[in-house]
Amino acid sequence: MNMVLPQKTPDARVGQIIKLVVMAVGGQGGGVLTGWIEAVARAQGFTCQATSVAGVSQRTGATVYYVEMMEAADESPVYALAPSAGDVDILIASEMMEVGRSIIRGFVTPDRTVLIGSTHRALAVSEKMAPGDGIADADEVVAAAEIAAQQLILADMDRLAVDQGSVISSSLFGALAGSGALPFPREAFEDAIRASGKGVEASLRAFNAGFDAAVNGVVEEDVETVVAQPALQGPAAEMQTWETLIGRAKVLPAPVQQMALAGLTKVVDFQDCAYGATYLDRLDAVIARDSAAQDWQLGATAAKYIANAMAYDDIIRVADLKTRAPRLDRIRQEMGAKETNLVELTEFFHPRAEEVASLMPARMGAKWEANPKRMALLNRLFGKGRRLRTHTLRAFLMLHFLGGLKGYRMKTRRHEVEVAHLESWLSESLGMVEHDYALAVEMLKNRRLVKGYSDTHARGLTKFGTVMGAVSLLKGREDAAAWMSRLREAALQDPEGKALEGALRTVRSFV
Amino acid sequence: MAERSFKAEVEHLRKGDGDVFTGEGILAITKALLENGVGYVGGYQGAPISHLMDVLADAEELMGELGVRFEANASEAAAAAMLAASVHYPIRGAVTFKGPVGVNVASDALANLCSSGVNGGALVIVGEDYGEGSSIMQERSHGFAMKSQFWMLDPRPNLPSITKAVKDGFELSEASNTPVMLMVRIRSCHVTGSFATRDNVSPPLTVKDAIANPQSDFNRVVLPPMSYMHEQDKIKNRWPAAEKFITENKLNEVFGPEKAKLGIVVQGGMYNGLIRALQRLGLADVFGKTEVPIYCLNVTYPIVRDEFDAFCEGKDHVMIVEEGQPDHIEQQLGSYLYKAGRSLKLYGKDVLPMAGEYTGQVLLDGVTAFLKSAAPDMLPGQVRAPNMEAPAIPDLSETVPIRPPGFCTGCPERPIFAGMKLVEQELGKHQITGDIGCHLFGSLPPFEIGGATMGYGLGPAANAAFDGGGERRAISMLGDGGFWHNGLSSSIGNMVFNKSDNVVVIVDNYYSAATGGQDVLSSRAQNDTKSTGNPIQAALKGVGVEWIRQIDHTYDVGHVRDTVREALTTDFKGPKVIVASSECMLNKQRREKPIRNKAIKEGRRVDVPRFGVDSDVCTGDHACIRLSGCPSLSLKRLDDPLRDDPIAHIDQTCVGCGNCGEVADAAVLCPSFYRADVVHNPSGFENWRAGLRSKIIGWLQTRRDGKRLRLEGAMQ
Repeated sequence: MNMVLPQKTPDARVGQIIKLVVMAVGGQGGGVLTGWIEAVARAQGFTCQATSVAGVSQRTGATVYYVEMMEAADESPVYALAPSAGDVDILIASEMMEVGRSIIRGFVTPDRTVLIGSTHRALAVSEKMAPGDGIADADEVVAAAEIAAQQLILADMDRLAVDQGSVISSSLFGALAGSGALPFPREAFEDAIRASGKGVEASLRAFNAGFDAAVNGVVEEDVETVVAQPALQGPAAEMQTWETLIGRAKVLPAPVQQMALAGLTKVVDFQDCAYGATYLDRLDAVIARDSAAQDWQLGATAAKYIANAMAYDDIIRVADLKTRAPRLDRIRQEMGAKETNLVELTEFFHPRAEEVASLMPARMGAKWEANPKRMALLNRLFGKGRRLRTHTLRAFLMLHFLGGLKGYRMKTRRHEVEVAHLESWLSESLGMVEHDYALAVEMLKNRRLVKGYSDTHARGLTKFGTVMGAVSLLKGREDAAAWMSRLREAALQDPEGKALEGALRTVRSFV
Repeated sequence: MAERSFKAEVEHLRKGDGDVFTGEGILAITKALLENGVGYVGGYQGAPISHLMDVLADAEELMGELGVRFEANASEAAAAAMLAASVHYPIRGAVTFKGPVGVNVASDALANLCSSGVNGGALVIVGEDYGEGSSIMQERSHGFAMKSQFWMLDPRPNLPSITKAVKDGFELSEASNTPVMLMVRIRSCHVTGSFATRDNVSPPLTVKDAIANPQSDFNRVVLPPMSYMHEQDKIKNRWPAAEKFITENKLNEVFGPEKAKLGIVVQGGMYNGLIRALQRLGLADVFGKTEVPIYCLNVTYPIVRDEFDAFCEGKDHVMIVEEGQPDHIEQQLGSYLYKAGRSLKLYGKDVLPMAGEYTGQVLLDGVTAFLKSAAPDMLPGQVRAPNMEAPAIPDLSETVPIRPPGFCTGCPERPIFAGMKLVEQELGKHQITGDIGCHLFGSLPPFEIGGATMGYGLGPAANAAFDGGGERRAISMLGDGGFWHNGLSSSIGNMVFNKSDNVVVIVDNYYSAATGGQDVLSSRAQNDTKSTGNPIQAALKGVGVEWIRQIDHTYDVGHVRDTVREALTTDFKGPKVIVASSECMLNKQRREKPIRNKAIKEGRRVDVPRFGVDSDVCTGDHACIRLSGCPSLSLKRLDDPLRDDPIAHIDQTCVGCGNCGEVADAAVLCPSFYRADVVHNPSGFENWRAGLRSKIIGWLQTRRDGKRLRLEGAMQ
C-alpha cells in the first residue's frame, strides 16, 4: 500500500489526559465521589468529563464511573466515554473483589496505574450462600494487585470512613488526595467536600483518615495481641477444679495443647468441670492411639471436633447464651446506642416438637419421639414462632430458667442422642487409625458437617451420614483420605447436596 | 417522588444568552428543548433515560411559565402517540423513552405517526440501552427508523453536539415533515461537560392555544387510499427534503485531510471512541485533529448518498465503525459502492466484531487491523513489532465472584420471594414467569424463582399457554409499574377473558422503583401534579378478577407463604391475584431518615430497629442467607480455632426491615437473630421501668454467675 503520511508518534498532550476509573458496588456513593473529583478538577482550571452507567446496576451490582481531565486549553479535548484496558492512570476500587475485577479487566497496569483500593469485603451472594466457607480469597487479589499496579494503596477504607461516622466515598477521596496522583493541593479536595454541603464535618474526618492511610500506610492491628484469649471465670472452688483440668491439658502433646485448651474452655462453659474432665478422658483415649511420628494430627483434630460435638446447640445452651450479662453491653456497643438510649431486644424462637421432646428425660423423650400422635400434640402446643422480648422480665425469666437447666441436661433425651452419635462417630473414626491414619483424621473432620438448628441440623446430619458411609467405598484405597476430604468439601457447597451426590457418583465409578 | 431530585440543577435551565451550562447530558437536552421552543414534552422512564423524565418532572414549574405542557405518559406507546399533536399543528413536541424496548412498545404509534407525517417538529429522544451496564436484550433501535421511515440522529457525545442535535432535529423534522429520533447512548446520557446556553423560548403556538382552534385534515389519517399516498410522499418528497436539509446544514461532519487514500465512516456516537483509538496510535492529537479522514454520521438514517460518494472520492480503503448488529449502515454503503461499480475496499464488521459493545480496546484493535491492511506505514513502530513483553498478572477470573444486581437492603420484595421459596420447598417447583422490574432479581440466586421475562407487564401473558390449567398452577410475577404500563389489559384482562386458573403475584412497592422511583397510578405519595392513590385491587375488580388477596406488609413471610399456598391449592377456578404491597425501602429511607433524625434532635421519642446475630448461637450453615441475600446480612470469620466456617453477621447498614426475624421464624431456621430497638429520648417512665428491669436481671445474672464457670471476654 502506498504510504499516505509519515508515521506518527502519539501527541504528547494525549499523555496529559488523566484517566480515572471508580469501580464501586451500587449504593456505595460512587456517584458522589465522582462528583467531587469533577469539582476539584474544574476548580483547579482543568476541563473534565465524567460518565457513569446508572440503571439497575445501582442495585448492589458492580458499577463503573469514568473521569478524564486535562489542563484547560483554547480548544476542547476529545475525551473517551469509557476506560480502556492498559490506558488508566488512577483506579479507585471501593471493595476488595472490585480491586480484583479492575485487574481482570486490564485497567491496572504496571507502567502507569495508581491503584487505590479498599480491602473490606462486600460479599457477593454466591460467596454467602454456600453452607461451608465460600468466601473468595482476598490474598490472591492482593498478590495480583502488587504486580499489576505501579503504585498501590490498600486499606480498609470502609472502616476508616465508618469510624468517622461517614461513608467510603470520603475516605477514598482522601486516599486519592494523599496518593499525589492528581496535581492538586489537599485544600482543593477539601473545598470540594465543603462545597457539596452535606455531612461536611464527618466527610472531612473520613477524608483525613483516607489521606493519612495513603501517605503513611495503615498500621494493621496485630489481631493476636489485641484479642485476649477467652478465659473462664467463676467461684473460687470451681476455679480450683478448673486449674487441675488446665494442668491435665498442659501435659498433652504440644500440637494438641492449644486446641485442647480451647475445646476444654468451650465444654466447661457449656456444662461444668466434670464435663470438661469427660472431654479430656475422651481426648486421652484418642491420644493413646496417636503418635509423635504423625505429628499428633489425630489428637489435634479430635480436640477440636470432640469439643464441638460435646457443646451441642440445645435450647438450654441458647437460652443461657441469650441471658448472659455481657451480651447486652455487646449489643449496645454494636448498635451504637448512647448512654441515654434504651435498647429493647426481641428474640426469634420457633421451637418444634422435636426440640421439646429432646428436652424431656431421656426415656420419656424417646417414647414421645417414637409416637407421631404425641409429636403432633407437641407441635400443636409449642410449635409456633415466638418472639421473646428479653428486655422484659417475663421473657427474660423464662429464658433464664431454661438456661439454668444445666444440672438436668445430662438426663435429657437430647444428651442421650448426642452422646450416642458422638460415641459412634469417634469409635468408627478411631477404628480406622491402624488401617489408614490419614483417613481416620478426615473422618474426625467430618463432624464439621453437623451444624444448624431444626431442619438445617437434620440435613447436616444426613450429609454427615452420607459422607461417613462412603468409608466403605474408600477403605483400602491409597487416596482414601483425599477423597474423604473432597466429599466433605462437596457436601459444604450447596444445601441440597447436589455437589455431594456428584462426588459420590465419581467415587462409585472407580470402586 | 423520584429517587434522584434535580430541583437544584433545574435552576440552571433558566440560564440564557452568554451563559455557560455545566452538567449532565440529560439536563443539557432538557435545556436545549426549552431553547428551541418546544410546546409539549412527555415520555416514559427507563434506564438510561429515566433521569431525563425526572428532570422534566422537576422542571414542570419552569415549563409552566414558558407554556410548555409536560405529560408523564402511561407507556412509551402513549408517549409516541402524544406526538400526534404535531401532525396537524405547527407545535414542536418531544418525548423520551429507552431503546430499543421502549421503541418496541412505541412502534405502533411511531409507524402511524410516520405515515401521517408531521407539521410541527416531532422529536423522539431515545436512550439507547446497549453495551456494558445495559439491563435489556442487546438490539438496536436503528431498524425501526428504516421500516417506518423516521430520521435518526446519533450526535457526537459531547454537550455542544448533543444540544445542537436537538435544534437540528426539530428543524430537520419540520423541513421534511418526518419525526426525528435523537439517539443518546448510555454514557452520553450521563456524560458531563459544558455548553454555551441561549435564552429559553416560549412555543410560538402553545397546546392551549391550539385546542382553542382545532384542526383536522383527513389526508393525514392512516386510511386507504391516503395511506398509499403517505408511502409515496415519504419517498418522493420527505426523503429528498431531508437529504437536502442534512447536506445544506452540514449535519454530518468531515474531519481530517481532504486528500487521502483511506478514510473512516463513523456513527456520531462512536466518534470519541474512534478518536481515542487514533490518539493512541499517534494519528490524532488531543483535540481530535486527525490524520485519517473521518466522515462522522451525526445522522445515521438516512445516509446521504452524495455525501458518502464525495467522501469516498480518491480513496481506496474505507472503514465503517458501526456498533451493534445487524450492520444496517455497512450494508447500505456496500450496496451504494457496488451499484456504482467502485473498486474501493470496504471494511467494517470484518476488522471489528459483528456483535457487542465497541469498547476502547475493541476500537483500538479494529482500527489497527484496518490500518495494517490499508496503510501499515501509518502505524507506530510499537504496534507493528511490539518489543516489550507485558508482565504476567495472575489470573483472578476464578477468584473474583460475579456481582449481579440484586434487591437492596431491606427491600420489601425479598420476603415475597422468601415466602415463595418456602412454598416451593413444600409443594415443589412451579412454572413461574417474571416481569420487568426489580422483582426480576428474584430469578437470580439465592431465590431462583422465575425463568422467563417477555416484556414490561407481560409476566402473566407469558404464562398464557398454561392458562388452560394442569396439575400445578402456573405463577407469574407482575410489578405495579408493569401493571399500569400494560399489565392490566394484556395480562390480567387476558387471564380473565380466557378463564385462566393461574396465579399472579403483583409486587406493589408504591413506585416505578427499578427506573428510579417515579410515581405510578397506585403510588401512595401525595403528588401535586398527578393523581395517585388509585388502588390496584379496584382495577382488578373492575376487569373481573374475583379472587384477590391483599398483603399490606410483605415482611410477614409466613403470611406471604400461606397466601401463595392458598392461591395454589384453593378450589376456586379463575385467576387468583395476590397484591403484595410494601414501600420500596430505598425510597422509604430517603423519605423517613431525615424526618427521624430531626425528631431525635428535637428530643422526641424515636425507636430505631436493627437486627443482629448472636455469633455464639450461629453455627455458620448460612440457611438464612439462602432465603434472603440481603446486602447487610453477610458473613464474618470468628477468631475461634474451633470454628471452621464463617458465621452470619449483620452490618450497620441494616434498616431493621424485619425480614431476617420473619424468615428465621417462618422457615424454622435458628434462634441466632435478634432485633434491637434503640429507643432515643425514652420517656421518664420508660427509663424508670428499664432501670428496675435491669436491676432485677442484673441480680439474677450475678447470682447465677456466682455458682458457675463461664466465659468472659473475647469469645463472642
